[in-house]
Amino acid sequence: MRFRIIVLAKQVPDTRNVGKDAMKADGTVNRAALPAIFNPEDLHALEQALSIKDKLPHAEVILLTMGPFRAAEIIREAMYRGADRGYLITDRKFAGSDTLATSYALSLAVKKLAPYHLVISGRQAIDGDTAQVGPQTAEKLGIPQITYAEEILSVDAKKIIVKRRLEMGVEVVNSTLPAAITVHGSAPVCRQRVAKLLMKYKHARTVTELQNETKDYTELYNDRPYLLIEEWTAEDLNAQSEMLGLSGSPTKVKKIENVVFQHKDSKVMGSSDKEIEGLMQELIGSHIIG
Amino acid sequence: MENFYNDNPHLKFHLNHPLMEKIVKLKESGYTQKEKYDFAPLDFEDAIDNYDKVMEIIGEISGEIIAPNAESVDKEGPQLIDNEVKYARGTQQNYDALVKAGLVGFTLPREYDGLNVPTVPYVMSGEIVSRADAGFANIWGLQDCAETIHEFGSEELKAEFLPRFYKGATAAMDLTEPDAGSDLQAVQLKATYDIHKHRWILDGVKRFITNGDADISLVLARSEEGTSDARGLSLFVYDRADNAVTVRRIENKLGIKGSPTCELVFHNAPAKLIGDTKLGLIKYVMSLMNSARLGVGSQSVGIAEAAYREAFKYANEREQFGKSIIKYPAVFEMLTNMKVKIDAMRTLLYETARYVDVYKAYNFTSHERKLEPEERQEAKVYQKLADMFTPLVKLYSSEQCNQIAYDSIQIFGGTGYMKDFPIERIYRDARITTIYEGTSQLQVVAAIRYVGNGGYLANMRERAQQLVKPELEYLKGTLEKMTEQFAKTVEKVNEFGDNEYFDFHARRMVEMAANVLIGYMLLFDANRSDVYVKSADIFIRKGRSENIASVSFINNCHPKDVNDFKM
Repeated sequence: MRFRIIVLAKQVPDTRNVGKDAMKADGTVNRAALPAIFNPEDLHALEQALSIKDKLPHAEVILLTMGPFRAAEIIREAMYRGADRGYLITDRKFAGSDTLATSYALSLAVKKLAPYHLVISGRQAIDGDTAQVGPQTAEKLGIPQITYAEEILSVDAKKIIVKRRLEMGVEVVNSTLPAAITVHGSAPVCRQRVAKLLMKYKHARTVTELQNETKDYTELYNDRPYLLIEEWTAEDLNAQSEMLGLSGSPTKVKKIENVVFQHKDSKVMGSSDKEIEGLMQELIGSHIIG
Repeated sequence: MENFYNDNPHLKFHLNHPLMEKIVKLKESGYTQKEKYDFAPLDFEDAIDNYDKVMEIIGEISGEIIAPNAESVDKEGPQLIDNEVKYARGTQQNYDALVKAGLVGFTLPREYDGLNVPTVPYVMSGEIVSRADAGFANIWGLQDCAETIHEFGSEELKAEFLPRFYKGATAAMDLTEPDAGSDLQAVQLKATYDIHKHRWILDGVKRFITNGDADISLVLARSEEGTSDARGLSLFVYDRADNAVTVRRIENKLGIKGSPTCELVFHNAPAKLIGDTKLGLIKYVMSLMNSARLGVGSQSVGIAEAAYREAFKYANEREQFGKSIIKYPAVFEMLTNMKVKIDAMRTLLYETARYVDVYKAYNFTSHERKLEPEERQEAKVYQKLADMFTPLVKLYSSEQCNQIAYDSIQIFGGTGYMKDFPIERIYRDARITTIYEGTSQLQVVAAIRYVGNGGYLANMRERAQQLVKPELEYLKGTLEKMTEQFAKTVEKVNEFGDNEYFDFHARRMVEMAANVLIGYMLLFDANRSDVYVKSADIFIRKGRSENIASVSFINNCHPKDVNDFKM
């Protein structure tokens, strides 16, 4: 049996380089104004999966993402870097999902891919920053979870040893497999796209995307079935509709505040050692530095 | 995310030149490889898209990895430990990233794990990498050696060495010796055939060898005992695994410090012959040198691009007398001149790369099928064009790259002279480009042939036949005047029938020709895209005045005046 690694990834608006129009007046993210990218920590997760594949020749890496049709882009990105294939979970019924509804859908998709050994995802996505989806998915799958992973120290068919990056240091933990891992941004960055894989997989499309293609490559997809990216709907996952989308999402946004940083009061201090020491203590005490 | 390809639209402009359709079709033998390889292109658009995507990967590696490493690589440099060259940490990281991305040996055919990429995108990769770190570009560019093995090696040799590049093998070309620099005919490293073991053995010293401790080295050696000229030289492949070469030292250089320059001693080193004996220098090294010269051309454009960007940024930020210095004529003229020169260097570089592509593609096609007479004729024409323009690429781009790096420091003022900004490194890195792979003076020797035999003049007149938009006609008019002036001047210099006098003016005449020819190339770029109208206009006007200055000097210089310059 192949060692199966499922990478959970999300396409997110690039909130790292935001301009003036990044937020709409109602306080929600203006997705149209921001480029869509592979969530950064999910790329770190992909790298962990690919480096296991480097070591275990029979390992396969499958990318799983939930999102609108265009999220197929990150499946291709993963394939350019060495993932074997990917599935796009897409359905209007998923719209408005919070972390609970998302992890429900993801866990169903992961079960569909059983038997698997590892489920790896980024710690959190830069659009929501909740860090909940990985752990919730693990919980629903009933498998052990290791969060904040920085390095996979060793792995075989039955067991994994992982170094975790915690606030005050590191921790090394063992787990049986299957297990879920969420990867921290301090883990190695993802490798570059591989030229040959890019040329091989750049025509990979979902059926929906194919309908919008101007060029007719029908023959190509008959000859190379691996270029078809499968789309899974709620029905494909046998999902209960009340657990999906808005109805499956207990999160309610109470209020959104527009916070503008500005200084309100100022303090003048001298340059004596004592006063500088006092300033240092204050900054450390308020967690601004240290 | 820094991407040195995506942030530079000029590269796409040259990658999408109309002649590419012909080149790619030949190179891909009519897009037949898709049956055999799942990564081969389906058609022309698909192939161009592949190159574009590959450039994007190289642009990203250059912007995100190579450029950020450049400073530490320059400081650390390579080290010699137990007869092994150890790259600086950053150099190794750069190379590993390129290997992992599957790019080393990417010009080779697919059967050798290559991507069958033509010369144009390959040269472009050199430009992109050089902008990030010119010294590292040498290590990257030495995959040229794979091309030489591919072009001239036997099937066994190709099968043995070529697939190693994809896996990350490094390469070196071992030509120079202590007493054979510009004059490679004087090479003495000895190759003897061991009739008992049926193999060649190399003995002797090589000097100034870039990447001297590489996995695979091409070595020029004297195989014919008792000879003393080019006809006694052959080319060999040496495999580092044979462990028969001592690295005596790594040179301490002014610039390109990350690129290890080695002195090597061969003792009883086994080696394999490439092609036939006696053709080493005459045929194989000449071909290798031509690609290396194109390589230095791309390196020069990359360095110039880096220098220009540094200066442009600084001139916008730096304020003096209450405004940014870019607002002063003395500064903005310098910057515009840089930009115009870069457009000029680049168009000459890629035009020449396309010539190389056409004739090489025909050469390889001729191994598969007999060429039609008109194809053979065309291959010949393009080969001649490549030979004619390669020395101009090397001469013009390396000289301009130095001028641009110089002016860039000037814009920085005192700050640029300090070690605080990358420009001081760029300036040091630029200096070698007019020297190695044949000095500027030697490029003039190669180019003057086409002044003497009318090659350049005929080419100018041929270009004049091409139509341009009415609003650009005036530039063509100027170029036509410059052409006639060039023709007259050459005729005048020739009239004296004095070789020394002709040589004395050689560089002036070659540079006059370059001004006209590059002027035409920029004019046609402007015809294809408005982006280049300004550069074409400025370049041609400046070129006109430079040529007038040269003519004025030549007209006032009698053969006897040459004596005044003798030392």
